[in-house]
Amino acid sequence: MDQLLQAIKDSITIGCLYALIALGYTMVYGILKFINFAHSDVVVIGALSTAVLGERMLHKLAPGATAAWYYGPLLLLLAILICSTVAFTVERLAYRPLRRAPRLNVLITAIGVSLLLQNAGQLKFLFGTEPHPVPMLIDQTATIFTVLGVKFRWLDLAIIGTAIIFMVALDYLVFHTKIGRGMRAVSHDTRIASLMGVPVDRIISFTFITGAALAAAGGFLYALRYQTVTQPADTGWALLGLKAFVAAVVGGIGNIRGAVLGALAIACVENFGAAYLHPGYTDVYVFVILILVLLFRPGGILGKAVVEKV
Amino acid sequence: MLEVRSLAVKYGAIQALHDVSLKVEKGEIVTLIGSNGAGKTTTLRTISGLIRPAAGSIVYEGKDITRLAPHEIVKLGLAQSPEGRGVFPQMTVEENLSLGAYTRSDHAQIAKDREHALSLFPRLRERLTQLAGTLSGGEQQMLAMARALLAKPKLLLLDEPSLGLAPQIVQTIFKIIRDINAEGTTILLVEQNAHMALKVAHRAYVLEVGRITMQGDAKELAASDDVRKAYLGGH
Repeated sequence: MDQLLQAIKDSITIGCLYALIALGYTMVYGILKFINFAHSDVVVIGALSTAVLGERMLHKLAPGATAAWYYGPLLLLLAILICSTVAFTVERLAYRPLRRAPRLNVLITAIGVSLLLQNAGQLKFLFGTEPHPVPMLIDQTATIFTVLGVKFRWLDLAIIGTAIIFMVALDYLVFHTKIGRGMRAVSHDTRIASLMGVPVDRIISFTFITGAALAAAGGFLYALRYQTVTQPADTGWALLGLKAFVAAVVGGIGNIRGAVLGALAIACVENFGAAYLHPGYTDVYVFVILILVLLFRPGGILGKAVVEKV
Repeated sequence: MLEVRSLAVKYGAIQALHDVSLKVEKGEIVTLIGSNGAGKTTTLRTISGLIRPAAGSIVYEGKDITRLAPHEIVKLGLAQSPEGRGVFPQMTVEENLSLGAYTRSDHAQIAKDREHALSLFPRLRERLTQLAGTLSGGEQQMLAMARALLAKPKLLLLDEPSLGLAPQIVQTIFKIIRDINAEGTTILLVEQNAHMALKVAHRAYVLEVGRITMQGDAKELAASDDVRKAYLGGH
């Protein structure tokens, strides 16, 4: 029973992290129809800037002490600013010139951008190659309540709460605002959207900025939870990005609500697999699910059967 | 109001338009007729900025718009209802309409124009909350036109409004085209249905394999032997 409860709690927390990252993949795919492989590196930048800026600001903090409450939101805001700037610049310089090029060219460029960000991030004056400890932005052990020996910490609440705020805000943006209407129009048909007077390039930039803001939140929450952030080219990051991508595909790539659903599904598979099968094979469970979804429901949970338009 | 001068458009090695020139004066309905593949849609797309011409220029109200982005052209009052209607199927009728007014921010006036558009197409009013994809072909065409009207165009480009519609609905659509024009909107109408198009238009151009081959008063063209043979099924 306690094992079940623990698995549920972990699934939701980790699912929230995956969801924030998966949304960026799915939004860019929805509009430009390509996988932005550099997206996971934006998450890394969010996590590392939280750690590095946090170290700078809080170096006077006594070991083991928790920072004042406002450092968390402040670092989150800074991470969002940095990530959005990076994503905006990447889109502008690397992807926009390829707007009329075959999709494969853009895909290869995305891989190139990803490698560039990883390697540039290792430069000494940026993040370097050492892991960074994250200052205590929230008391890691403070517990709200304990049920059957499973602790519900303020940390869990912070992660779930922040993620939900961002997801609700995104849903509102996309489905209830003018710019969201523009995004959906561009995603359905760029040409017709531009005939409505929708400024397509501006909408694409905005999409990258929004996706990066969510990625920054994901990176920030990751740093909050794991307390140590490894260097930009660490393989763990690639796996994190890949799992979020799998979540987007499982949910139905291009579908915003699907990405959230897919992320929760992936996290459940991982955590229940670890609890009831074997904890050593979590990655295997995730990719088995991907294969099954691709075999039996290639459009994903909320996706429709794909009909290529001619 | 609109002057297209010696337009040439190429798709790779294939030249789709050769030296196409046409004029639309304020208040007119001008139609561009021709068979499938003649380059009618290409002409409209080039005017709207979706395709960059290889040569030639497009002047709208004295301003060269040849190199402007599509959304900037819409802002100048030149809206298009695209071929195949192009409504957004996963959005409601209401959302489709508000996309038509995307470039505008004068909310009070938009509300008035929306009312007016709905009075022209009363069937849309009953379907405001319905997804556009669930509408019939005729209703989608009406939606596409109403949506274009919400951009408050001075010049409206209509690409094949009769395509795939039952004859009765075609009659309705063409009557509304006349009404829109009577209210002061200039119209450039692209049609395969030459018979109907020549009935409502003041002037007409005939496009054949990327070239303008005939032009003139719509009534005169409709009476000419060449046009009757090629486009009106006459003998």
